[in-house]
Amino acid sequence: MSDATLKPVATAAAGAVAFPPEAAIAPAAGEPAAAVKTTRSRAALTGRIASGNLIGWVVPALIVVIWEALARAGYLQPNILPAPSAIVAAAIRLTASGQLPQSIGVSTLRALAGFVVGGGIGLALGLANGLSRLSEKLTDTSLQMVRNVPHLALIPLVILWFGIDEGAKLFLVALGVFFPMYINTLHGIRNVDPQLVEMGRIYGMKQGELFWRVILPGALPSIFVGLRYALGIMWLTLIVAETIAAESGIGHMAMQAREFLLVDVVMLSIIIYALLGKAADSIARLLERLSLQWHPAYRK
Amino acid sequence: MAIQTATSRRQAAAAPACAGAAARPQGGASVTLRGLARAFGDKQVLRHVDLHIPAGQFVAIVGKSGCGKSTLLRLIVGLDQPTGGHIALSGVPGGEEEPGSSGVRIMFQEPRLLPWERVRGNVEVGLGRDLPKAERQAIATRTLEAVALGDRGGEWPSVLSGGQKQRVALARALASGPRLLALDEPLGALDALTRIDMQRLIEKVWREQGFTAILVTHDVGEAIALADRILVIDQGTIAADLAVASPRPRHRGDPELAALEGRIIDALFNDQAAGI
Repeated sequence: MSDATLKPVATAAAGAVAFPPEAAIAPAAGEPAAAVKTTRSRAALTGRIASGNLIGWVVPALIVVIWEALARAGYLQPNILPAPSAIVAAAIRLTASGQLPQSIGVSTLRALAGFVVGGGIGLALGLANGLSRLSEKLTDTSLQMVRNVPHLALIPLVILWFGIDEGAKLFLVALGVFFPMYINTLHGIRNVDPQLVEMGRIYGMKQGELFWRVILPGALPSIFVGLRYALGIMWLTLIVAETIAAESGIGHMAMQAREFLLVDVVMLSIIIYALLGKAADSIARLLERLSLQWHPAYRK
Repeated sequence: MAIQTATSRRQAAAAPACAGAAARPQGGASVTLRGLARAFGDKQVLRHVDLHIPAGQFVAIVGKSGCGKSTLLRLIVGLDQPTGGHIALSGVPGGEEEPGSSGVRIMFQEPRLLPWERVRGNVEVGLGRDLPKAERQAIATRTLEAVALGDRGGEWPSVLSGGQKQRVALARALASGPRLLALDEPLGALDALTRIDMQRLIEKVWREQGFTAILVTHDVGEAIALADRILVIDQGTIAADLAVASPRPRHRGDPELAALEGRIIDALFNDQAAGI
């Protein structure tokens, strides 16, 4: 195996390792300090960020190299922990057969469909309950009761209701995604600066204008927190649902591979989940950065 | 400096009390309060206030904290409803006491700028949505120039200093050409030098535009520097109503003004002694 085949694995492993720290507020904490110096030299700044990113890749790359070396020296049993190169080979094999792209497509579509339905309802109810006391009184108690049931505990019931069809996965993902969106939207609207709302009223803003110009932008940072939580829960739910009951998708691919003792495919599935999660989070962060430019913590 | 030339240009027209109002381009609103009262639960914050403010006058309301001066201001601009008596504003087109009427504007101690709108967008908030966008932008730019921030229109509010933010808030209040400008301790959070700068700016735009100005402040010196007339509020009523006849621009440390300041501070503390 050449160096060229090693590279994608390095990327994949790094994606998995880097996910938790990057998902936290690290960029928000790091950048305002950098922003102060923007006037001095933009080139130096980007150089520093690039080198910072490179440093972040050193450890994962090193782990992959050691892993590969140990596997080649015969210290790792291929049926317990296959070499990185074997996982890459599995990826190439499955891509060529079309199974991998198809599984990724099916899983992504499921995740997004559930996310749109559950996130949409969560956002809508969060807005409604944040803006209207009546709506909140009417629905909040019920929602809080449902929230305290772990949605994965509903899997047996969901299988009875929907079988192992798409409906089951969509329902579970939607349910899991709903609450972080709902709670953070509600919280965001509740915490809009009342002084700004008063200012808007004094300056003659009607309800609609007040919502679009003051309340929604004020709630947006919190809505984005909900969005990123929801994306995490989206993948988690989907993985569990696909692993327990599915006839297609990455989870199904992993379970099938387990039956045939194809550890490399199982490992590949896990890495793909990590990459998809990382991709979703990156997209959310990009959106956050674009729509929160006014916020000092998100400014480049 | 631009501020000084503007003030000296109008120096000749400056006269005590409200005499200058007629010469101004837009004119101000006059305010009449009859038997105005406001209670929060059992606590009577304002009791039976009678007051007439002629159009174009610059009135300062001073008093110790909790005396009801901010409540009085909020009642006049329609942010709060009285529990007794009534308020009449004349010379304000459209809804008289309706909040949002472009004839009545208020400036707070905090700038209250929308952080997600650029500086110019924040000034445009003062114009309402009826005007075409190009016109709104033109007016906003012009108003920003009047507060010496003409080149900062494209920036986010978060990069401005406290004094600059407050100048943007002033521009927003002035954009619609109000007849009545209420100022609720707008300079309270600024440092001493920025305050003097802002006081000059407010005096300049008041002279140019001729609106009626009501300034609530706890700084007696500031009241004397700016106002035609000073109302001392104590325990919910007007304890003193003093005219300041000195010509403008006024200089801090002028012995006549210093004597007046002494009298007002005495009035504030004697009243308290009498109350106990």
